[in-house]
Order: sequence, then structure tokens, then C-alpha cells
Amino acid sequence: MIPASFDYVAPTTVDEALAALAEHGDDAKVLAGGQSLLPILRMRLNAPGVVVDLGRIPDLQGVCDDGDHIVIGAMTTYAAVLADDLVSTHASLLSKAVATVADPQIRHRGTLGGALVHADPAGDVGAPVLALGAELVVAGPGGQTRTVTADDFFEDLFTTAVGEGELLTQIRIPKHTGWGAHYEKFVRVSHQWSIVAVAATVRSEGGTIAEARVGLTNMGSTPLRAVSVENALVGQPATDEAIRAAVASVADGTNPPSDLNGDSDYRRHLATVLTRRAVLAAAGA
Amino acid sequence: MTRIHVTVDGVAYSDEVEPRTLLVHYLRQSLGKTGTVVGCDTSNCGACTVHLDGVSVKSCNVLAVQADGHEVTTIEGLAEDGQLHPVQQAFHECHALQCGYCTPGMIMQACDVLKDNPDPTEAEIREGLEGNLCRCTGYHNIVKAVQQAAGQMRSASSGSGETADATEAAEVSA
Repeated sequence: MIPASFDYVAPTTVDEALAALAEHGDDAKVLAGGQSLLPILRMRLNAPGVVVDLGRIPDLQGVCDDGDHIVIGAMTTYAAVLADDLVSTHASLLSKAVATVADPQIRHRGTLGGALVHADPAGDVGAPVLALGAELVVAGPGGQTRTVTADDFFEDLFTTAVGEGELLTQIRIPKHTGWGAHYEKFVRVSHQWSIVAVAATVRSEGGTIAEARVGLTNMGSTPLRAVSVENALVGQPATDEAIRAAVASVADGTNPPSDLNGDSDYRRHLATVLTRRAVLAAAGA
Repeated sequence: MTRIHVTVDGVAYSDEVEPRTLLVHYLRQSLGKTGTVVGCDTSNCGACTVHLDGVSVKSCNVLAVQADGHEVTTIEGLAEDGQLHPVQQAFHECHALQCGYCTPGMIMQACDVLKDNPDPTEAEIREGLEGNLCRCTGYHNIVKAVQQAAGQMRSASSGSGETADATEAAEVSA
């Protein structure tokens, strides 16, 4: 399979990239790591006139420390996120989730920012980014930037707050230093999209859960944050019984898809089981 | 058309390509490097795995223009001076293939696994090869071959020739 013809632009700065997007409008498609876009182009599900490749913009790559946040460039690959000590120290939930994405070859090319903007609800990076309360920095026409909270970032299936002519440039994650974390992913075969997955990170104090964050993958058209479960977990002992009770309602209000991997009710059931496992593991129980 | 400059298996090339050309098609059709095969065409199977700047990628999921200025190693660039790479040799000795279609990608990914982890456990080998599908072997001999190659590469790099590692590897292959 071969994509339809397109023109190719490879800017070396964010400003050049924004100018290319402004020039070509909705005829342009942004190429990040390409691990979702290239299959889409090959299958001719999309046929942009111009592909704007962000792969030659050094400013969009790498992880740095910014006081109480870590800042991840949107074009940082999964492999680079996984290898980064700042991420594993201050946002270990993201490391754990990224480790489950696809396979090693795809992790070498695929990028955190590309996956977030692609916004596949079965993708594995939305839930941890949401649970960690990240802020997404978006650059727009003229180079102006705005910051969007993860809560406002995911709008619908394959739709985010990044508008036409805009680029996601940075993912800013508040440090969760010392928090336990676990990403519990349910799939039938290796390197599959999540049927359901749960991202949990927990701060414990002497065997009691002091704070908890829980994100859900593929339980609706966007990643979801289970705020009521997070609140119910506070003050609970890190035991199977207490956590089982606190997470029992995790699927309330969700609208997961039905497909060949399982119907909606099955996914609701899975969510309670996987949340219990994820929180237990994150709490070190 | 866009002009690209790439080094493939140690040789520098400069070519005009259509931006939509996939790296695997550039390698096969422009350079004649048909050792790298197209398997699934959906970036699942890993048969087209090559190294781009030393790390494994699925060459059906990279545009040739993205490789501009970079270095590619294919299965055809692994052997040196007529000597098979230790992973190639081990696949041969352990009969780690039946139809052979997945073999180029499997070997390239095995090399990537061993670069990061010279002494992997069986589980680490299986996890490292999770992006490469084999529909014949059941993976058993592939894992054995990677174990044998790992032992040989470790003993070669320690320069001690016939070491305990090599003996262990020979037992694994027996």
C-alpha cells in the first residue's frame, strides 16, 4: 500500500512549521513520529496535499526540569521518554504506561505529542497524562502559545483542543516524586491497542493512601479521569478489601465502546477489576 | 520529487524520491536491497525492520524522506568480510526459521535487543521481539538462536574465546 501523493515540508523551527500550516490550511497534515499517520495514509483514510514533518525541529525534543514540573517536548519519542530519569523519577506513571505502547520499533519512532494529538481513545498515553494533571502547551499562528489543562485537552474521538494551524509543543507534568504508579493494560495479544487500561498513581503515608489519581483508557471517546474514585481512595488503607470497595463505582457514568474485543458491559466490568489491580500495585500492596 | 542523501549499509546514496515513498520501497526498488521484505504492510509484523541511526524501525512505517541525512542498516549490511553476523550464524545453526519470510526483520530486531541488553533472559528476548511475527516456528528456535548469539557475542567481546558462555550457548542449541 502506498499513500496518495503529497508535498513534503520539513521545517527546522516551530515558527516555520506554523507558517507552513498557515499557508496550507486544512490541506496540511502534521507528521510527528508517523506511527499512526503513515498507516492512515497508506490505507488512504486520509490524503493531505501537504505533510509537515516536525522531525527536524530540535526544540521539540527532549525532557527538562522546570522546578515543580518536568517539561517533555512534543516530539520526544516513547523510547526517549522511557529512558529518561526525570520522567521515571517524577512521573513514573507515564513511564509505566509508555512501556506498554506497541513494540520496540514503534517506540523508537512514535512520539508522546503525536499520540496525544492523534487522541485515539485506546492509546496508552492519554490516561496517564490526564491522571497526572498535565498542562499542554499549544503554539498558534504568529507563534503565540496558550496552555490547556489535560482536563480540557481531550474533546472527542481523535479530537483535541489543538486547532487548525496550531501545534502541541510541550507537555508539562507536575512532579509526582515518590508516588507509586502502575498501568494495568488488558489486551488479548502482544502490541495491541488497549481493550481497557487503567493508569493509577498513589501517594502513600504509612500504609494509608494520602492522594490518588486514576485515569481510564478506552472507556469512552476520550481518556477519562475517575475523580470520584480518587476521592474515595483518600484515607483508605492499602488493602485489597478497602481498595475493592473504593473503586467499585469506577465505571459509573462511562460510555465505553462495544466491538469485537468486548461489549460495553464487559469493559465496565474490566474497568473495576483493572482499577483495583492498578491501585493495589501503585500503593505497593 | 525530493532529493535525499542516505547512507545504506555503509554506502552513500543520493536520489530523487517522491515524498510518499516508504523507506522499505526505496530500499527494495531504488537500491535493489530486496533482503528487506514487505510483510503485512500495516506495521504489525516487523518483517521490514531495519536500523535507522542504529535503532530498529519498521521501514514500512518510515518515509524515505524522513531518512534524509541518516544512516540505514539492512539485513544485507550485517555480515562483515563474508562472515555472517553472530545472530545470522545462530539463526542458521539453531534452525530458527521455516519459511524464512520473517527472518530479516527478526534478525535485525534481535540485534537491537542485544545491543541494549547483551545478556537477556528468555522473557526479555520474547518481549524484545514482540513486534515481530513468525507464523511458522512458534518462536522456540528463534529464542534459542538469540540466546546462542548473545553468548557468542559476549565471549567474543570479552576476548576469551571458548568461555563458559560459549559452552552454555552450545548446550542451549543442542
